[in-house]
Amino acid sequence: MSVRIFVPRDSSAVSVGADAVAKAIADEATRRAIPVAVVRNGSRGMLWLEPLVEVETPAGRVGYGPVTVADIPQLFDAGFHRGAPHALCIGPVDDYPWLAKQERLCFARAGVTDPLSWNEYVAHGGSRGLRAALAMTGVDAVAAVTESGLRGRGGAAFPTGIKWKTVLDTAADQKYVVCNADEGDSGTFSDRMVMEDDPFVLIEGMTIAGIATGATIGYIYLRSEYPYAERALMAAIETARSVGVLGDDVLGSGRRFELHVRRGAGAYICGEETSLLESLEGKRGMVRFKPPVPAISGLFGKPTVLNNVITFASIPIIFDRGAAFYRDYGRGRSRGTLPIQLAGNIRQGGLVEKAFGVTLNELLYDFGGGSASGRPIRTVQVGGPLGAYIPESQFDVPLDYEAYASIGAMVGHGGIVVFDDTVDMARMARYAMEFCAIESCGKCTPCRIGSTRGVETIDRIIEGRERGAQLAILEDLCNTMLSGSLCALGGMTPFPVLSALKHFPQDFGLGPDGLAAAA
Amino acid sequence: MQETQLQRVQEAVARCRDLPGALLPMLHAIQDDLGYVPPEAVPTIAKALALSRAEVHGVISFYHHFRSAPPGRHVIQVCRAEACQSMGAERLVARLRERLGIDFHGTTPDGAVSLEAVYCLGNCACAPAVMVDGALRGRVTEAVLDEIVAAAALDDENDGVAGGAR
Repeated sequence: MSVRIFVPRDSSAVSVGADAVAKAIADEATRRAIPVAVVRNGSRGMLWLEPLVEVETPAGRVGYGPVTVADIPQLFDAGFHRGAPHALCIGPVDDYPWLAKQERLCFARAGVTDPLSWNEYVAHGGSRGLRAALAMTGVDAVAAVTESGLRGRGGAAFPTGIKWKTVLDTAADQKYVVCNADEGDSGTFSDRMVMEDDPFVLIEGMTIAGIATGATIGYIYLRSEYPYAERALMAAIETARSVGVLGDDVLGSGRRFELHVRRGAGAYICGEETSLLESLEGKRGMVRFKPPVPAISGLFGKPTVLNNVITFASIPIIFDRGAAFYRDYGRGRSRGTLPIQLAGNIRQGGLVEKAFGVTLNELLYDFGGGSASGRPIRTVQVGGPLGAYIPESQFDVPLDYEAYASIGAMVGHGGIVVFDDTVDMARMARYAMEFCAIESCGKCTPCRIGSTRGVETIDRIIEGRERGAQLAILEDLCNTMLSGSLCALGGMTPFPVLSALKHFPQDFGLGPDGLAAAA
Repeated sequence: MQETQLQRVQEAVARCRDLPGALLPMLHAIQDDLGYVPPEAVPTIAKALALSRAEVHGVISFYHHFRSAPPGRHVIQVCRAEACQSMGAERLVARLRERLGIDFHGTTPDGAVSLEAVYCLGNCACAPAVMVDGALRGRVTEAVLDEIVAAAALDDENDGVAGGAR
């Protein structure tokens, strides 16, 4: 009986050498005549430990990481293939506190299974949600989503059940399900991890959406920067067709659902839902006016369920365990769990799925272990390039949609980027405007012109030219963008800019009161 | 555009023209095959989809991914987004500019390397990140970067860089 040794195939693990480690383990085992089966699992999300190698033992899976090719002979010498101690050993992986403290609903299987094995997916609870949904009426299925309290995880936090009900109630000869996998926010990778590490859960969630609302065709709009995710999705969709989850007769129900992957082309704006639809239709990714909302007139003018990857990936467990099970996690109006991504200058970065209500202090220090550089953490940006910079004084605010809105911040897609005390916040504010200028679709003036003027104004502030007057212009410009932009790109770029200015005025050459010092 | 290239464009057009919203898949098919979308291909694409050439050009120029000129034999994409910035991505950028003698969107005179900026590769917990010919690299140091540049500078016959150009 050969020993099963797991080496992740997740692209983050591969980016730090997992492929070479997997090959070295197989080669070394052959050389030593030790029967070993190398399994390419997903990542557990403990990305600072990647490549994290796991060995199956009678007492559970024992982890070693981060493993390099040079470590392999010593690991065999130490007997790691029997789970023996070694300097890189982290013990039984399931008991490792970083993982054990999480509440993994969406990411229950990530890192545990071979992402492309349908049998393992089913053995670990997969497909039960879809079977339950197939036994329900559309009205009941949509009601279950509403009762779960699930809100859109892409960032806008719109109640998913209401969106689905609109599609269900809109009569049409064709409806669509579209997954927004254009995960462009810096510091976010939970969509990528679902697609690479447990792609069937996304396929199952989208299929349930189709069954519930009467949509028969689905598209996954995937960003071109994710070639690994594309390969994983294509393989998983092919398997899903062959086992009868996708196609003309979904799990023998007589219902139809077909799914296609469409690749984006490097435009951040296509993460905005109407721009994404334009792109799917083969056009420039220009933002559409709303109304009509996509649920009534979406892809090719038809009613369209349009949700983020994590939203769809949260659906199967709601149908498997019931709406109340999911709703019981979280606080206030933020129900369920949020896969949080700890990134940037952090010692122990990765994926932390927790119920809403966790604080930055817990995330940065209990999970993250402080900065990677060892220097004090000065600020974090939550929610991507359009999210506010949060100062240490607000690290104890519970992470939920309403609590964050009340401090002028947003949870967004749950990405947290950490900066130490060497960060120059005037440069980060300038970058926010620069990014908006690069990525603006150009449809509305506040975003198209305002972002470029914003860069120039911040440059003048940094150089100390008429600081007081330029400051007034910048705040005025931000107000125009906030209230006059067509979509969130122009409308939220002021968040990082104004938060940097408010909390770190000294970086702009200003006094602590935010007023221009004599320059 | 060479005769064989035109033929390959026509094949990609034939393969994609009946898809709903066919233009992006068609442009991807052409660029996956040729490495870029030759401007001479635009009339063929426009005719097949009953679009104007201006509309096709407008789509190609809107998206950062599509190229109208052939890239170098190797493409190095450097992430410049916030998480990588927090881990020193700008130092990598400066190093690359110095080593290659080119800026973003440029190609070295010998045609070996093209340098591109990218805004997030989804590898933010293993920052800074770069992508080399479609292969993702994490925790990139200046020393690793030098190795990547050296491998790319070698002739393609002993190619030290994984993956093919996307």
